[in-house]
Amino acid sequence: MGEKVLITGNEAIGEAAIRAGCRFFFGYPITPQNKIPEYLSYRLPQVGGCFLQAESEIAAIYMVFGAAGAGARVLTSSSGPGISLKQEGISYISAAELPCVIVNVMRGGPGLGGILPSQSDYFQATKGGGHGDYHLLVLAPSTVQEAVNLVMDAFDLADKYRNPVIVLADGYIGQMMEPVEFKEKPPKVLPAKDWAVTGARNRQRNLVKSLYLDPEELEQHNLKLHRKYLEMAENEVRVETYLTGDADIIIAAYGTVARIAKTAIKILREKGIKVGMVRPITLFPFPYETFAKISEKVDDILVVEMSLGQMIEDVKLGVCGRANVHFYGRVGGMVPTYDEIVVQIEEIVKAEVT
Amino acid sequence: MKKVFERPKSMFSVPTHYCPGCGHGIVHRLLAEVIDEFGIRERVVGVAPVGCSVFLYNYINCDMYEAAHGRAPAIATGCKRVHPDLIIFTYQGDGDLASIGTAEIIHAANRGENITVLFLNNAVYGMTGGQMAPTTILGQKTTTSPFGRAPKREGYPIRIAEMLATLEGATYIARVSVHSPRAIIAAKRALKKAFEIQINGLGFSLVEFLSPCPTGWGMSSTEATKWVEEKMIPTFPLGEFKVPKSEKSLK
Repeated sequence: MGEKVLITGNEAIGEAAIRAGCRFFFGYPITPQNKIPEYLSYRLPQVGGCFLQAESEIAAIYMVFGAAGAGARVLTSSSGPGISLKQEGISYISAAELPCVIVNVMRGGPGLGGILPSQSDYFQATKGGGHGDYHLLVLAPSTVQEAVNLVMDAFDLADKYRNPVIVLADGYIGQMMEPVEFKEKPPKVLPAKDWAVTGARNRQRNLVKSLYLDPEELEQHNLKLHRKYLEMAENEVRVETYLTGDADIIIAAYGTVARIAKTAIKILREKGIKVGMVRPITLFPFPYETFAKISEKVDDILVVEMSLGQMIEDVKLGVCGRANVHFYGRVGGMVPTYDEIVVQIEEIVKAEVT
Repeated sequence: MKKVFERPKSMFSVPTHYCPGCGHGIVHRLLAEVIDEFGIRERVVGVAPVGCSVFLYNYINCDMYEAAHGRAPAIATGCKRVHPDLIIFTYQGDGDLASIGTAEIIHAANRGENITVLFLNNAVYGMTGGQMAPTTILGQKTTTSPFGRAPKREGYPIRIAEMLATLEGATYIARVSVHSPRAIIAAKRALKKAFEIQINGLGFSLVEFLSPCPTGWGMSSTEATKWVEEKMIPTFPLGEFKVPKSEKSLK
């Protein structure tokens, strides 16, 4: 490879999954991610894989449970309302420690909401979403190329931790066309799936389960899962810092909003206001440490989201009162413009002076 | 001396947690016998439900999943699509299959998934303490239909076998009972046929077992078997509702 192709984010996500060795997709149509199942419905048979349109989001996630439990690399994708329906299964998959990749191309909510880009599912993705004490590894791309890279990494991370990984993209990432390169990755050495359900031939039988009626046993299981999340926090945090070296003010943003913020930063710097950006790429584990360090150097951090303030809670945990945390958000499918962000920063500067 | 009766090899040598007079143990044993007789234990995968038989995997020695309530057919689908050569069965109760999991069972049948479903119908939610099931018969008192199931209030018992038999995707659908030795022999014959259909790649097979639940019904074991005969069978007639187009395709 090494050749660039112009492709929508949704199709690129589908192709990236195939390049990562995923041969199974189970899903249900929902806007704005339909190009993922449509693409895979003809691509997967070409590579000897299986595409199945399930009767519901609920059935789809349990087909994922079955395929992941059988040892396969498996993908499902959806958008907010569909991801809500999948939550029961995501909880079971997390409990049974099955690796899989879930893509959420976020649209505006709550309820049926709308079909335009949003970041309103941050809480759902990063704080559990379903019942019980568990976490997903959450990756947030800000370009189509990054979506490709993260989807490919997601399968390795899922296998490494035996944990579902969710790629949290917004409708822009899914529907926008950008030039993309599918880079061959050297295969990772990953733990063998000797726990998978494959038929008990010449071995003890395997069991994929999540019920522990003995409270001591369940506590041990919870602690085991928790150790995994601590290990993720230790090893998997990814964050981009942009012009933070000399910055007086920091913008915190992820996904599409981070791209808009970069334009705002350029304009502000031309006006002599030194602004930088911290862009979390992993939303769980969250780069608390980066925010802790940066909050010792600046007085003000502006969080910009396509929500009414979700990631801001994690930013505040990282900052821990050492800097002022401001917020600007647009919702419902409305997207903050760079001009709006410029105005927000200028107001912060004005307030500091007066 | 010739040994004429022994524990099936696919069954762990442990006592079950089921109440006296419960039909689950009988159906478990039939399942293990069929697995042994086909010699397929090493390529059998089971999907256990939520309900009394959630611990199926404590009794049957094969690779197994524990499903969420109602979702066993979707899990079986995922596994079968990855490993078409495995023999996959789900084991589901009436609350699991006929209530919360109706979408999953209908669509698995309609896709003609090459899996075998063991559906245990005891007209009540056993594990949670005897609440009304979708298959609770008219007039039957349960902890959530204390006045007896009345159509105006609680609707009608659902006949799953008849309903699924209308689907083109389903290959073999039968209803049997385990309330008497004669019925148990017939039940095993149907279960064996269902597995044979899967082994031969002929598609979706389901056997519904009418099964006594003395605890849930508030009866003695003897009364419960009589109740199956006199009350359940008239509502849920036994028989084969769908058979392969060519029975000859079977061995």
